[in-house]
Amino acid sequence: MFTPLMPSASSATVPIDILRFNTCGSVDDGKSTLIGRLLFDSKSIMEDQLAALERSADITGNGQINLANLTDGLRAEREQGITIDVAYRYFATPRRKFIIADTPGHIQYTRNMVTGASSANLSIVLIDARTGVIEQSRRHTALAGLLRIPHLVVAINKMDLVGWSEARFNEIRAEFEEFLPRLDIQDVKFIPLSALNGDNVVERSPHTPWYAGPPLLDHLESVHIASDWNLNGFRFPVQWVNRPHNPTNQTFHDFRGVSGQIAGGIVRTGQKLIALPAGVVTNVRQIWTYDGPVAEAFCPQSVTLVLDHDIDISRGSMLVGTDHLPGTSRNLQAEICWMHPVALRRGKKYLLKHTTQTVPVVVTEILHKLNIATLDPEPEPAELAMNDLGGIRLHAAQPLYFDGYTTNRLTGSFILIEPGTNATVAAGLLAPPSEVIKPEFGDYAI
Amino acid sequence: MKSYHLDHLQHLETEAIHILREVAGEFERPALLFSGGKDSICLLRLAEKAFRPSDLPTPLLNIDTGHHFPELNEFRDQRAQQLGAKLIIRTVEAAIAQGLAQPVPGEISRNRLQIPTLLAAIEEFRFDCCIGGARRDEEKVRAKERFFSFRDRFGQWDPKNQRPEIWNLYNGRLNPGENMRVFPLSNWTEMDVWEYIQREQLAVPSIYFSHQRACVRRSGQWLPVNQLTPPTAREEVGNLVVRVRTIGDIMSTGCVESTATTVADIITEIAAARITERGSRADDKTSEAAMEDRKKAGYF
Ligand SMILES: Nc1nc2c(ncn2[C@@H]2O[C@H](COP(=O)(O)OP(=O)(O)O)[C@@H](O)[C@H]2O)c(=O)[nH]1
Repeated sequence: MFTPLMPSASSATVPIDILRFNTCGSVDDGKSTLIGRLLFDSKSIMEDQLAALERSADITGNGQINLANLTDGLRAEREQGITIDVAYRYFATPRRKFIIADTPGHIQYTRNMVTGASSANLSIVLIDARTGVIEQSRRHTALAGLLRIPHLVVAINKMDLVGWSEARFNEIRAEFEEFLPRLDIQDVKFIPLSALNGDNVVERSPHTPWYAGPPLLDHLESVHIASDWNLNGFRFPVQWVNRPHNPTNQTFHDFRGVSGQIAGGIVRTGQKLIALPAGVVTNVRQIWTYDGPVAEAFCPQSVTLVLDHDIDISRGSMLVGTDHLPGTSRNLQAEICWMHPVALRRGKKYLLKHTTQTVPVVVTEILHKLNIATLDPEPEPAELAMNDLGGIRLHAAQPLYFDGYTTNRLTGSFILIEPGTNATVAAGLLAPPSEVIKPEFGDYAI
Repeated sequence: MKSYHLDHLQHLETEAIHILREVAGEFERPALLFSGGKDSICLLRLAEKAFRPSDLPTPLLNIDTGHHFPELNEFRDQRAQQLGAKLIIRTVEAAIAQGLAQPVPGEISRNRLQIPTLLAAIEEFRFDCCIGGARRDEEKVRAKERFFSFRDRFGQWDPKNQRPEIWNLYNGRLNPGENMRVFPLSNWTEMDVWEYIQREQLAVPSIYFSHQRACVRRSGQWLPVNQLTPPTAREEVGNLVVRVRTIGDIMSTGCVESTATTVADIITEIAAARITERGSRADDKTSEAAMEDRKKAGYF
C-alpha cells in the first residue's frame, strides 16, 4: 500500500532527508532533559544559549545547568518545571536533518501528542525505569499505532537510578511486548539510557555492556524512513483556482489552472482525470509550475494543473486518476481522538474538514471506546471524553470522496470543528470505504 | 530508474506553498508581512510559486519603526515594485502622532510600539490573516508557535490554549474581530533559508554581506553607530568589517565580524557558527521571557 520512495539513483550526492520524530512520556519522565541532551551532545547548542542556561542556573541557585530549560520556552513552564505545549526543535548531523516535536504528558496530552505525532516518522516513548509501564505509556503507544507511525523507540530512562539493572530493563521490555502485538507498529526498539548523564544518547554507555543495540542518535540517523506518501492512485484536492485577472503578460490572458498539493499518486501531461464531485472526465494539458512546465509530478509536490476542458471545479473539488478510485459516501466510519473538555455525544453536529473542504456532519453512533488498560474496545459507550480514543459513525451533509487512512494519510484523515467556538475538537482516521466511486460514462467522454 | 524523491528544501517548499494556498482559499483579506529581511524574501518567492501566473492575492504590509536600516527599506520598496505587488507601509511615527501608540517617557526603542501600530493596521484594512516569516528555530517561545496561530480580538496569543494542528489540516475559522497569524516557514532553520536563497538565486539587502561599519561595543555586542543612541566618550568604538545575521532596528541589531561576500560564504560561516542568530539581537536579551511578553501582546 505504501510505496517506498526510490533512492535517487542519478545524483552523486545523496540528498539530505528529514526525520520527523516526537517524544512523549509523562511529566518528569525526562523528555526535556533527553532533548536537551541530544542537542547538547550533538553540538547543536550555541554559546549564547548555553550562557542563558548558565545565567538561569545561577539564579535558581543550585548552580546546575538544567538541560530541560533549553526546551521549556514559556515562563509558566520554567516556573512550574513542566512542559505546556508542543515545542519544535531542529538539529542536523552530517547524515540527516531532524525535526523534533516535544509533546508534553499532562492533561491535554492527546491533543498535543496528536499535534506532534501526526506528521512523525518515528515516535519515542519515554519510560521512567523506576515506575515502568504506566497507563500513559500505553495510551501513547496506542496512539502511535493508531496514527501508523512506522517506527517506535521505547526509551527506558533514568537507568542510573535502578543501578543499570539488566533485569529491570528486561522486565519493562517484557511488559511492553505483552501488548505490542495488539497494535499495528512495524518496528520497535528498546534502549536503556540516562538522559541526565548522557548514557546511550549520543555515546554508547560503559554501564550497559549487556545492551548490544545502538545509542539513540545512531538509531535516529540510520532508521529507514519508509515513505508516508502513497504513489498509487492520483489524488489532487483543489486548493485554489488560478485565474489571472489582468495579466501583464498577455499569454496568460486565458490561463485557467487549479492549484493544489498532490495528496497521492503521480500525474502526467496528457493523462485522463476525473473531476469530483462533478464526475466529468478531462485531460491534463499542462502541469504548470513557477519553474516551468513539467511532464510529471508526484505526491507531495505542489503544482497547478491546466485542464483540457473548462469544467466546474473549485476549492474543495478533487481530481483523481482513472485507476485506484477513491470511495464515496455520506456515511462515514472513523477512529477518533477526542481532544475537547466537553465530551462527544451522539446527535451532536460539527464541521468536518477533510482535504480542502469543510462539511457539516452529525454524530450518528459511538461504536466503541478503547480501554487503555486492556487495549480492548468497549462497545457502545455513552460518550467519548477528553483524551479518549474510540470509533464513531458520522453522517455528512454532502458525500465525501476519500480513502481509508491506512491507504492514504492525507485523503483518509479529518478534523472536527465545533461551530461557534471554532475549536478543533477531534482528529479522525477514516475506515476504508465500503464502495468506490463508479464513473457512469462508458467512454470517459464528457 | 525514475526517482520520486524530494530533498529537504523541496519538502519545506511544498509544505509552505500548501499553507499559502490554504490562506488564499480560507481567508477574505489576508496580508503578507514583508520587511525586506531574508526570511520574508523567501516567503515572497514561495508566494510567487504558490500563485503565479496570477497576481499575489495579498498586499504586502510593513510596519516601519523609523529606525530601520536604510538599505533594508530601499530593498523592500524595490522588490515590491519588481513584483507588481501592493505595498502598504504603516509607521510607528504616525501611530504615535495619531495617539494609537504611546511611548513611555525616555523610551527610544520602537520595538514595543510596533505592536499597537500593527494592530491598528489590521483594523484599518480589516485584515483577517497576516502571513509572517517567523521560524520556530529562532527562539524558544517561537518554538511553540503553530503554523496557524490564533489571535483573539485584542490581538493576543494564548500559548496554553492553541488549536491542535494535525496532518496538513489547518483550522482557519474565525469569529468577527479575531485574527490569524500564519507562519509558512515554521519548520525552516537559518541554514535552510540561506540554502534556499542560494538555490533560488534571490537578491538580499547588502547589509547581509561583509562591509565596513563604525560600531560601538555595548553589552557584549557590536552595534552600528547611529544618531539615536550615539556612543558616549567611555564606550569603545571601532571601524570593523562586519555583516548582520538578523535584522532588527538599527539600535539593537548586533553586527558580527565577517568576511562573507557571497551567499556561499554565508552558508559556510553559519555551518561553523557557535552562536545563534538571535544571539545578536539586544531586544531579546532583556529577560528570558522578553519574546513571550511581546508575542502575547500581539507581536509578529
Ligand atoms: N537520575 C536521573 N534523573 C533524570 C534523568 N532524566 C531526567 N531526570 C530528572 O528528572 C526530572 C524531570 O525531567 P524533565 O526533563 O523535566 O522531564 P519532563 O517533564 O519529561 O520534560 C528532572 O529533575 C531531571 O533532572 C536521568 O536519566 N536520570
